[in-house]
Order: sequence, then structure tokens, then C-alpha cells
Amino acid sequence: MPTVAPFDLDGHCVTAAFIGGIPHFALADGTVHRLDHGHKSAEVHDGLLCAVPSLDNGSLLTGGEDGKVAALSPDGQVKILAEAGRKWVTGIAAGPQGAVAYATGRTATVRLGDGKTRTFECPRSVEGLAFAPKGMRLGLARYNGATLTFPATEGKPVELEWAGAHTGITFSPDGNYVVTTMQENALHGWRLADGRHMRMSGYPAKIKSISWSAKGRWLASSGAPAAIVWPFTGKDGPMGKAPAELGTRGDAMVTNVACHPTEEVVAIGYEDGMVLVASIADQKEVLLRRPGKGAITAMTWDSEGKRLVFGSAIGDCGLIDISA
Amino acid sequence: MTDTQAQIPVTVLTGYLGSGKTTLLNRILSEEHGKRYAIIVNEFGEIGIDNDLIVESDEEIYEMNNGCVCCTVRGDLIRVVEGLMRRPGRFDAILVETTGLADPVPVAQTFFMDDDVRSKTRLDAVVALVDAKHLPLRLKDSREAEDQIAFADVVLLNKTDLVGEDELKNVEATIRAINPAARIHRTTRAGIDLTEVLDRGAFDLNRVLENDPHFLDADEHDHDHHDHDGHDHEGHDHDHHHHHHHDGGMSDIHDVTVQSVSLRGGEMDSRKFLPWIQKVTQMEGPNILRLKGIIAFKDDPDRYVLQGVHMIIEGDHQRPWKDGEKHESRLVFIGRELDAERLKASFDACLAA
Repeated sequence: MPTVAPFDLDGHCVTAAFIGGIPHFALADGTVHRLDHGHKSAEVHDGLLCAVPSLDNGSLLTGGEDGKVAALSPDGQVKILAEAGRKWVTGIAAGPQGAVAYATGRTATVRLGDGKTRTFECPRSVEGLAFAPKGMRLGLARYNGATLTFPATEGKPVELEWAGAHTGITFSPDGNYVVTTMQENALHGWRLADGRHMRMSGYPAKIKSISWSAKGRWLASSGAPAAIVWPFTGKDGPMGKAPAELGTRGDAMVTNVACHPTEEVVAIGYEDGMVLVASIADQKEVLLRRPGKGAITAMTWDSEGKRLVFGSAIGDCGLIDISA
Repeated sequence: MTDTQAQIPVTVLTGYLGSGKTTLLNRILSEEHGKRYAIIVNEFGEIGIDNDLIVESDEEIYEMNNGCVCCTVRGDLIRVVEGLMRRPGRFDAILVETTGLADPVPVAQTFFMDDDVRSKTRLDAVVALVDAKHLPLRLKDSREAEDQIAFADVVLLNKTDLVGEDELKNVEATIRAINPAARIHRTTRAGIDLTEVLDRGAFDLNRVLENDPHFLDADEHDHDHHDHDGHDHEGHDHDHHHHHHHDGGMSDIHDVTVQSVSLRGGEMDSRKFLPWIQKVTQMEGPNILRLKGIIAFKDDPDRYVLQGVHMIIEGDHQRPWKDGEKHESRLVFIGRELDAERLKASFDACLAA
């Protein structure tokens, strides 16, 4: 039986994650709360806009309205990595060897592990950024496509074009595909080997959350009254195949998805605060949390896949343990 | 649920460089008016006031991928508004300042086309600042100055102390010719009672018509101020033979390419009118900057009000007709290349039998 430990905070939860094994909840007001033998918190920003765990899950990387980029360690220590003046830091990504990339307007900056920085001035706003799973390669989502850069070398960027505004970006875990979320209700994908396009549309709402399953065989997404899960099992990705629909509800949209780290199951969060897990193979569902106050905005599994942290738009967050 | 929180009103401030936008912004930021504003600017520039709620944002126009060229939004606004709305309670309203050369349409459309923005905010009004002295010149060298006026709900004719009364009347007539529906205020140093600028409800169907005494009265304005003293007309091709009948038509005023078409009629047949207005906005959408109207439908006790921006149109029953109130339908289009005769003929064809 899953057990839910509620953690009631006040404010929009941007990111919920395990840092050093400790549940962390980053709120939009700039405070990061953690459950470490009781409720502790750290003031990181005056307004927090984005947060991701570092690749080793040893720190939480954050960007704020105050133009700062910070790394928060599980003991509550805040290290300011960069200050971008009065620009908002609207996106952040964690890279290999301690690299951090962040977006401020039309500039993407990469701060390498040794503290050296490299900036990429783009003709349009950098909407989203993500590192490739291997090598020092950074993908930027932008208007009319995506740009793949090589921060450690002078390699020429690769431009992936597709009309429309691309707001977020992810690489498949095997590095073969790039997928973007769009301003319109669709995902767009490219097979990097040959640049082949993959259109994933038909959503009734904007897609705010995407998550790759273990080994990258599936890509789960929000934006519908079910989690829409695209197969990336064949060589053509999802082309010509219908997605699986998990956790379909008639009365609530899916707002967040998080794939389990080892099993092919997806945690699904809804706009009314409900959380359930569903198996991709047989679509079986288990309810983890009844509806709450706010829409689910953030979820992350721990590395063993035994605990799930979740956060909401109102602040009714919590920790779910499925190991018992 | 988050959706129950009140929608935050958004005021859009347009105007050429030097028209007085910064002066007005500084007044809004410093004066006691009982409201806290989050202000989205393109550059901090000369805003002398340090305030956490001033956000700098790079103007970023996105065409929506739906095949319609006029469906544009401001991508940066979507992001900034989303960020601001994650921390509600810090401010009561949002003000968006645009650059001098900005097209106001994508800004306005952002508040109708993006579901997230739309669920949390509502467009209150578009305010254009106009430099009384330099407007004639601006109209000559740019289309944006004209667009800003055509699109505005409120026009502040600023720096009136720099021109004489005759020149002022000319400028005012020009503004009126571009936009018969806007409320015009003469100001110096952007000195205006802020209630005339903020919280206007200009896009609120329930209030859109109450606020504008001039609204839809275009054909009652005199268009006599057409002496263009001191203007340089060489090289322009003016079509003075293009006089339409009284219900609308191209303005005679030089350097004005925007026109308004005002239509009036009796009670309409809703089964004819509603498909017609849909079709007009679909076909003519790119040419229509704004439209507003009150429609009297036959056998309907309520006034039907509508407003639109390009192809986006909203309409609703507003309130019952009052006793003795004339059941009259009125509709105004502000735009370019509008075929007034055809609009009038097809509008008249929707009249109830």
C-alpha cells in the first residue's frame, strides 16, 4: 500500500526532487523547502523560475527573477554560480562534469565544471535547454526549431527547423532523438541520424511536462485528460504508431508526468491534485493520492523508484512511499 | 483550485519614443492610486524607480502555426506572465509597455490566444500616447504610429503645450479619423487622472460600450479639420476622389491608411448575422484591427455586444434593452482595405424581415 506524507507549503511548487536522497521542494517565491528530519528551508532567490537536480543529484540548480543562478546543497548551503543582472533566468539544465546551462532572454550561457563560461547569443529567445546524454552537447528550443551547440569545442551548431514556437526540449536517453514541446498543442521530434521529422499532435492543451521511460523506450506527456505515451521502440520512433493513453479521466487534465526509473510505469499528476501510477504494458492503475487543492506541477522518483515527491500549484506537496 | 483566483487586469501602453510613456509609467509607479502594478518593459531605460516588479523582456513575436498570418502572439509575455502569476498577491494589475515601433496586435492577441495567460489575466485596455507635435511626421514615416492609434481604446494626446490650438485640432481630427471609437485626452507631461487610463474594462463585453461616449458615433463627428498647414505632401499619392457615403470610408486625412467603417441598422436576424460576422472575420481578419458592436436581435430582449481583434471575435448577451431604448444595431470596423460598400450591403442583408 502506498503511503502519502503530506507536506503543506504556501505557493507554487516549481520543482520537487530528491537531492542527496532528501526530498526538496522549490517554490516560486524563491524558498526551497526540504524534509530532512523535519521541515527545513533555504532562501535561494527573490523569485525562483526554474530548478533541476544536478546529474549526480547532489545539488539543486536554480535560476531566478533576481538574475541569479545558484546551486543548493542538501545541507542548505547556497552557492551563487552566476549573476545575470536584471534579466530573468528562465531556463536551466544540468550537464555532465558539473556543467550548468541557463537561459536569459536571447542568451544561453554554459558554465562548465571548472567555472569557465561560454555564451551563445541567439537571434530569438532561448525558450528551453537540455544537455544530450553523452558528450558536451546542449540543445536549445527556440522559435522555428531547435539549435544543438557544442559548448566545449568550436563545433558548428546544428540547426533543426520546424515552423512554430518551441518552448522546451529533451534528448532521448540514447541520444538518437530530440523532442520539443511547442506553444501550440503538440510535440515535435527529430531523428538526429537523418533529421527526419516526427509530429506528435492532437493534444487538447499545451504540453508542460514530458518524461522518458527507463531505457528511453517511451515518452510520456501531459496536455490531455490522459498521459499520452509515445512509443520509441522501433527505429522510426513514434511515426505511424498510435500513442498509449494511460490514466484516462473524464473530468481532469493531466498536468505532470514522471516515468519510473527502472520499471515501465508512469506517475501521472492531474489538475485536481490526484496522482496515480499506470503501467505502460497493461495500463493497470494504482491510485497514489486523492485529489488535493492545486494542480500537480512537479513530480520526481528517487533513484530506486520507491519514493515519489510531488508539488502543486498551491503548495500542497508531499512524499509518496510505494515500497511498503 | 487555481482557476478560481480573479483574473488580473492588463493594460497595454503603446506610443512612439518621446511620446511620454516613461513619464506616465513613472507616475503610475510613484503615485498613490491604491493599486500595485507589475510592469513589463522592453528596457529599464529611464524608469527612475527601482521596483522588483519591473520586468525586462525581449519583445518576441511568434506566429501561431495555424496557417493564419495575423495570428501572432508575444512569446516573451507568455513566459513572463506565467512567471508573475505563480506568485499572485504581489500585485493587482499588470502593465505592458511596448517599444515605440511595436505592433500592438500581438500583445493584445496574447491575452486571447494563449490558454494559460487567458485563464489568469484579462486585457483591460490599450492606451496609446501620441506626441502632439510630432504625430504628423510619425504618420508619414511609419505605419506603426497609425496602428497604435487605430488599436487604442484610450489615446493620450500628449505634449499639447508644444503646439497651438489649430494644430492640436488637426491632430485630434487625424486621431479621430484613424480611430473613431477611442477616447481622446489632451495632456501635458502625461498628466492624466489615472482612472482614465487604468481599469477601463475596454475589452470587457459588459463595459466595452459604456465607457466610450464617442463609440460608434463616427458619422456624427465633423471632419472639417483638413487643412494641413506645414505638411509636406510631395511624393504621396492621395486619392481624394474616394469619398464613400456617410457610413464610413477612407479618411481624407493625408498619411492615414487606416479607415473605419461604421454600420447602423435596426433589428437583425441572429441566424443571418452570426454566420455573417464569423465569415467576415475569417475572410477579412488580417485587415481588421478592431471591431466593436452592439446588436439588436429580433425577438431577443437582451443587447448583444461583440468585440474583436483580427480574426478573434467574442460576443455575448449583455443586458436587457431598457424601456424606451431604441433597438438599434451598431457595428464599427477599424482596419485597412475594408470594402465599406460591401460590408454595408452584407450587413443590411442580415436585417430581420
